[in-house]
Amino acid sequence: MAEHLAPDDLLQEYAAGNLSEPLSLLVATHIALKPESRQTVRFYEDVGGALLEASAPESMSNDAFERVMARIEADAPVVPDGGTAAAPADDAERTREALPEGVRIAADVPAPLRDYLASTGSKASWRHRGGSVAELDLLPDFPGYKTRLLRITAGSRIPQHTHDGAEYTLVLEGSFTDATGRYARGDVSVADDEVTHQPVAGQESDCICLAVTDAPLKMTGPFGRILNYFVDM
Amino acid sequence: MDLDDASDDHALSVPARSWVVASVGGLVQNGMDPNADDTGELTPTLAADLLDALAAGPDRRAFKRLFAHFAPRVKSYLRRLGAEDQQAEELAQEAMLTVWRRAHLYDRRQAGASTWIFTIARNKRIDAIRRDKRPELDPEDPAIVPEPETPADQQVEASQRQELLRSAVERLPEQQARLLRLSYFEDKSHSTIAEELDLPLGTVKSRLRLALSRLRTLLEETA
Repeated sequence: MAEHLAPDDLLQEYAAGNLSEPLSLLVATHIALKPESRQTVRFYEDVGGALLEASAPESMSNDAFERVMARIEADAPVVPDGGTAAAPADDAERTREALPEGVRIAADVPAPLRDYLASTGSKASWRHRGGSVAELDLLPDFPGYKTRLLRITAGSRIPQHTHDGAEYTLVLEGSFTDATGRYARGDVSVADDEVTHQPVAGQESDCICLAVTDAPLKMTGPFGRILNYFVDM
Repeated sequence: MDLDDASDDHALSVPARSWVVASVGGLVQNGMDPNADDTGELTPTLAADLLDALAAGPDRRAFKRLFAHFAPRVKSYLRRLGAEDQQAEELAQEAMLTVWRRAHLYDRRQAGASTWIFTIARNKRIDAIRRDKRPELDPEDPAIVPEPETPADQQVEASQRQELLRSAVERLPEQQARLLRLSYFEDKSHSTIAEELDLPLGTVKSRLRLALSRLRTLLEETA
């Protein structure tokens, strides 16, 4: 079965450091689950390294090195960066600890997203959007983007919709299928304003996705018009 | 106390990556080949060696060479991304401080030294200039799906890759090189580049893709 890796231009913008926080979150989580995309990002970072190497040096102040050494020498005995508290023993436990009480995910959630979920607070829970879809807002205050965890009930269809901007969807658990194929854990679907799509969740379990939209959704079906009303609330 | 005991290698040996020794013992000059040329070209392999030396223990001399080579380039990168001279200077110093502190996390099989330092500089500027966050994966996260092992005969050392890339970048047609610089060095999204150059977004994307796939093919052919 074909994998749906994030498009190269998204990975390149991530490597160059030009993506906003919501899309960076999506890409970071995707590359934790897809080694091939991780390698692609690494290649694009190599290009960044080569460009850094080729750039014309700008002279530093005369005492720059000594200043940095002075700061190093002034350091208290340090614990190396990154090596902190022991992680909980198993995958399920780590995910459970990070998730708000009202949000259940069986599959393990990789680190960057896990931290964002934890930060929604233990009282957060799924908000039902009517029918088969429930959602949890992440980064609600980030301008210009809507970042959500979506849960689509197993086997159900989500209302037909198009987009003003682009919608990026990363599957964390379960799967969905639309006209462009089947998307499973780690896969990314990109739908732009040209696409009207109608994903159907797989039968195996509820489908849980991280969805980042850079402009609000427009529902197009008759039921969608009602939903639009709620989406913009 | 018996002198022989005191000079016993084991009694005095220092764990390879001991941070306690690094901070308590102060700064010791060690590790580097005393005959190393301090002014010659810093090849990718040498840069990776220097980072490894820094990871093994506090090595002022190794750090000084890395600093001399990379700090001015990091500063130039930050200047192009919109930092004033003073801010670029300070951030470049910050970035080099991070190089010292995190040298033990550098893995030469994964990245060339300049790639690794590029990612440090990039993250500093996202943080300080764009005031945004950049979620990253945690390499120690057990949730990460591991990569398939590359057969030994297909492995190209990262620093070797870096060497090839460096010369390939220099040989790119100017039009493509410019797009790369706009993307990597000027914080310009593909759509902003398209607006500024008055080109359709699709053209910008396809030219960038062309430039990048050219570099990639070149690496794969050499591998």
